[in-house]
Amino acid sequence: MNGSSYNIFNSSNYFGWSETQGVLEVIQILLPEIVLAVFSMIVLLGAVYSRKNKTTSIVFWGTATTFLLVSIFIIFRGAAVYTAFGGAFIDDLFSRYLKVLILLSAAIILMLSQDFLKRNNLFKFEYPILMTLSVVGMMMMVSAGDLMSLYMGLELQSLSLYVLASFSRDSVRSTEAGLKYFVLGALSSGMLLYGSSLIYGYSGSTVFSEIFITASANEKSLGFVFGLVFITIGMAFKVSAVPFHMWTPDVYEGAPTPVTAFLATAPKVAAMGLFARVVHDAFGGAFNDWSQILILLSVLSMLFGSIAAIGQKDIKRLMAYSSISHMGFALMGLTSGGLEGVQSMLIYMAIYVMMNIGTFAFIISMEVDGKPVSEINSLQMYSKTNPGRSMALLILMFSLAGIPPLLGFFGKFYVLKAAITSELYLLATAGVIASVIGAFYYLRIIYYIYFGENPRALDQTHSLFNQTVLVISALAMVLGVVNLFGLEFVSEIAANALVN
Amino acid sequence: MDGLLQEYLPIIILLGLAIGLGVILLLAAFVLAVRSPDAEKVSAYECGFAAFDDARMKFDVRFYLVAILFIIFDLEIAFLFPWAVAFKDISFLGFWSMMAFLTVLTVGFAYEWKKGALEWQ
Repeated sequence: MNGSSYNIFNSSNYFGWSETQGVLEVIQILLPEIVLAVFSMIVLLGAVYSRKNKTTSIVFWGTATTFLLVSIFIIFRGAAVYTAFGGAFIDDLFSRYLKVLILLSAAIILMLSQDFLKRNNLFKFEYPILMTLSVVGMMMMVSAGDLMSLYMGLELQSLSLYVLASFSRDSVRSTEAGLKYFVLGALSSGMLLYGSSLIYGYSGSTVFSEIFITASANEKSLGFVFGLVFITIGMAFKVSAVPFHMWTPDVYEGAPTPVTAFLATAPKVAAMGLFARVVHDAFGGAFNDWSQILILLSVLSMLFGSIAAIGQKDIKRLMAYSSISHMGFALMGLTSGGLEGVQSMLIYMAIYVMMNIGTFAFIISMEVDGKPVSEINSLQMYSKTNPGRSMALLILMFSLAGIPPLLGFFGKFYVLKAAITSELYLLATAGVIASVIGAFYYLRIIYYIYFGENPRALDQTHSLFNQTVLVISALAMVLGVVNLFGLEFVSEIAANALVN
Repeated sequence: MDGLLQEYLPIIILLGLAIGLGVILLLAAFVLAVRSPDAEKVSAYECGFAAFDDARMKFDVRFYLVAILFIIFDLEIAFLFPWAVAFKDISFLGFWSMMAFLTVLTVGFAYEWKKGALEWQ
């Protein structure tokens, strides 16, 4: 060791603890995350050391309430931008928009799960705790301003989800889903880490703002571009974009249905938010490099998701392909770049989550003789026995297919508009073609419900909460067209926070 | 950049030597050793008897659980060592960061204890 080598522990700024930012201030900035993390630990100990059977129910309600309270707290934080740990944690409007979306969808899915879990002997207090931990991970992801905090958030989220996917541990399919998810997730984390190490090597920093400087240089070294590609691949795994989608159908099918519902909503929002954050904050200067990759991912996801879903007989598998296709559309928004692109992606994700929560509120309740089923066939002539629910499902399916004047159409409309503005005509054309192909399998479900042949009686045991969510979500698809619930304005200021 | 890389030159030399030596020793066994295999010589050997059964056998799955629990605390030690070595320089913040980490770990430990993961029966 010679004198020129430095000791990182002496450079107090390295961890962001300087005179200007004390520990208390950092705690204040991270308050939502800290509250959730401490909450999960206290509940874990409290629930395991109490012997009452009632505690599980209390934990479920308590967790959902905490999610709600934290999201309200985040909403009331205003527009200020806070950074902590020397830029490794960014709390701005962009991350707050996504955090509220994540927290609310997690709270609703948690409540939707209750009935299913009780009847399938899975009603354990670990379920909400694992969900809380993965939500903390997701909140870290959307606030990441550094490759290290990015990885930490991603892993916290993924590890909890692996366990959740195999939550029904006596079922072979569920454990298989968990294992498959874990192996492919580990592979994607490996690629992400390899990319991160290359980026760190070529830019000399893990902080996004420093990487941005290297990315903006005219001459980028090959190693840097390699790193960019590997990080993109790692994130494409998490949003399940084709060709990195292969885990999605199997995991969706094997995991218990409430977990599938969770996988289809909050983690997708977090991963898309992270994607947007990385390509703008870290690689904003290398737009031409990453937009090519994203265009390819987007086109393949939209087309493959639509075509592969046609032959599916299982509604959970179908929803997996549907989510792949939807991720393709969200990526199209991101590819278009700029304020409008990010805004359209944010609108799309919010609408996507609303539609999926409604649809899964129904799928979670699909049962025959007390056993959960997921064959599309079991919906034959459902309208005869349940005209109300069939109507709600009809609206949701039309909305998922993007048929005007429902809310789902507006999501696609904003994304396509952003693509046209950026002169990505071919991409927009591919999107329209994919959505026409995709309309077929959504309509097939409606066909079964209204014109199917052998009526198969699904149980009538829908819990009140699930029914309410289904109806509200369907109503939202219709009523939302008035002003999109103000999404346009909120997403614009959120996108503004990221792009500028 | 070059100056920085030169500091790592000894490591490259060490790596080269280690790999080279390993390869040479392996190859030497192939090239120099006298071999005249027959059926008795290459068959499995068990104290002079014919092998009783397959070398593979079932393990109790609880070994796996114990191993996993061990890994967690093994990693904790791996964290504690550099922390202890650098203790002088990291101030109270470093101390409390490690305490927070240990608390989180203890919560997990208390959970698995109560759940009965440590009991063999």
